Amino acid sequence: MQEGAADPGLYDFTPYRGRKPFAWPNGGKVAVWVSPNLEYYEIDPPLNPHRKAWAKPHPDVVGYAHRDHANRVGHWRMAEVMSKHGFPGSVSLSVALCQHHPEVVADANARGWEFFSHGIYNTRYSYGMDEAQERAIIEDSIRTVREATGQTIRGWLAPALTHTPRTLDLIAEYGMDYTCDLYHDDQPFPVHTRSGHLISMPYSLEVNDHYGFFVYNMSPREYARTLINQFERLAAEQSGTVMCIPLHSYLIGQPHRIGPFEEVLRHIAADDRAWITRSGDIAGAWRAAHPEALS
Amino acid sequence: MSLDPAYLEYPNRRLGYDHDLYPYSPLPKRKPLAWPGGKGVATWFVVSLEWFPITPSDKPFRAPGHMQTAYPDYRHYTSREYGTRVGFYRLLDAFAKAGVRVSVAANAAIAERYPQVIADIVAGGHELIAHSTDMNGTIASGLPEDEERALITHAVTALEQVSGQNVRGWHAIARSQSFNTVNLLKEAGLDYCVDWVNDEVPWSFANGVVNVPLNHELSDRQILTVQQQSVDSYAEQVLDAHDWLAAEATAQGGRLLPLHLTPYIIGLPYRMDAFERLLADLSARPQTWFATGAEILDSYRSQM
Repeated sequence: MQEGAADPGLYDFTPYRGRKPFAWPNGGKVAVWVSPNLEYYEIDPPLNPHRKAWAKPHPDVVGYAHRDHANRVGHWRMAEVMSKHGFPGSVSLSVALCQHHPEVVADANARGWEFFSHGIYNTRYSYGMDEAQERAIIEDSIRTVREATGQTIRGWLAPALTHTPRTLDLIAEYGMDYTCDLYHDDQPFPVHTRSGHLISMPYSLEVNDHYGFFVYNMSPREYARTLINQFERLAAEQSGTVMCIPLHSYLIGQPHRIGPFEEVLRHIAADDRAWITRSGDIAGAWRAAHPEALS
Repeated sequence: MSLDPAYLEYPNRRLGYDHDLYPYSPLPKRKPLAWPGGKGVATWFVVSLEWFPITPSDKPFRAPGHMQTAYPDYRHYTSREYGTRVGFYRLLDAFAKAGVRVSVAANAAIAERYPQVIADIVAGGHELIAHSTDMNGTIASGLPEDEERALITHAVTALEQVSGQNVRGWHAIARSQSFNTVNLLKEAGLDYCVDWVNDEVPWSFANGVVNVPLNHELSDRQILTVQQQSVDSYAEQVLDAHDWLAAEATAQGGRLLPLHLTPYIIGLPYRMDAFERLLADLSARPQTWFATGAEILDSYRSQM
């Protein structure tokens, strides 16, 4: 990005009208990917001068325990429902989860899910890092996920959505294909970086379960209806869009929410306008359909 | 600009948790639980019964539901009292009609100021659990350990003296604890707390105290007051949860549906009919085991 400039210069402006439609590999109009955030929040993290981790003095029992629910209960409930309806995950991973709870990471890997990095912990923020520090967390992410799963990460969602002006340049330099941190479009687009070939992967932040339940205060059934409306609208528009369902199993995996959510997966799985896939596969298919964009 | 190098050091990055309060245990790997009578879903109401001084304290933090306007805040002081005088009696009647016994998390101040309420709880067959002194009795790290110890002791002693019950459970205001709390609860002779919402069945801390998790998301406060949904939606969400847990219980062992209530929230006239219908709907489900916290604790301990 152009540090300090009013327009950070992240991408070209391309209006929605007049784009050339294209079909996803199965002939579908909407690529649908589910992104479980598999996270670890520390009980007593050091303070980042730009952002506090917890609202209360440590231990913030409700904050910590709520997120711990994901790794004890919620993950399996959510993952079973996804597998039952044929949805793989594309995991936004706090890579230290590979050390703390390898059972969760192994379960996701065994289900054929893709991993990309969501930082070391969701309680360690990038704000204020120098370049060497930021390189350290990128290299740690690549190494840790490779050792734990055999996968080479292709994407990045900044830890707790905290960035520096150089994050996108650095992840592109390290060979990553996509960033989930830019919310300007329902289709992938090239991102301007110093080197590499980075694209923006639509992450549909507005239908993130956290937004549904804690920004918009939806009931579980309202959230399910929202996801179906999002899919139906995109499927009725021009072909070649992306819908992400970003999830946290401590939210969607609660017993009052998982039933309505299962109906969403049943609905989308029954519609052949959907291409149900993973983020890396979307990046690959989009590149194949747009060879000119990354020349 | 750069961060202190310690910010990129991870001394607790290891197998298991970054603390030693309790061990990691994924639910699918645990021994399945069997509740009494072959029921699948322990359905547990916890009613918080609270007295808010009209002179609020912010040390270490101001309790949820506390005074909000400049002094004197008649609006919130009296609205909270409404819950204890009126709303709570609607709940007691509803529980009696449905044959349900519950846990009541009461401030010591309730016992000291309104012993009749405690007598009515005991007469209804309900369990009392300790819930601090009054709503200025919040706990968080930074509260000196001797003050926290005195607060816990006062809370337990006052309830025991007025009720004649042996108090076994602890519910902290806002579920907030310090790093000392779990050891102080053990020292006070308590068997369990309800504050750690990380699970859906009971589990044990390293020191032997049990946590019976009281889900904060399925509380009347969260759904009706924070998220501002209707009482009909609240009841629908509770039944959706119950149905899901009942299906899981059939395949994977006993489950727990904890339902946290606040008399000044659920006990309003326009909400009570829906709540009584919810009680009837839960009663009609064959997998329901209505239980108190102590009964759930004892069943869990007998199986471990």
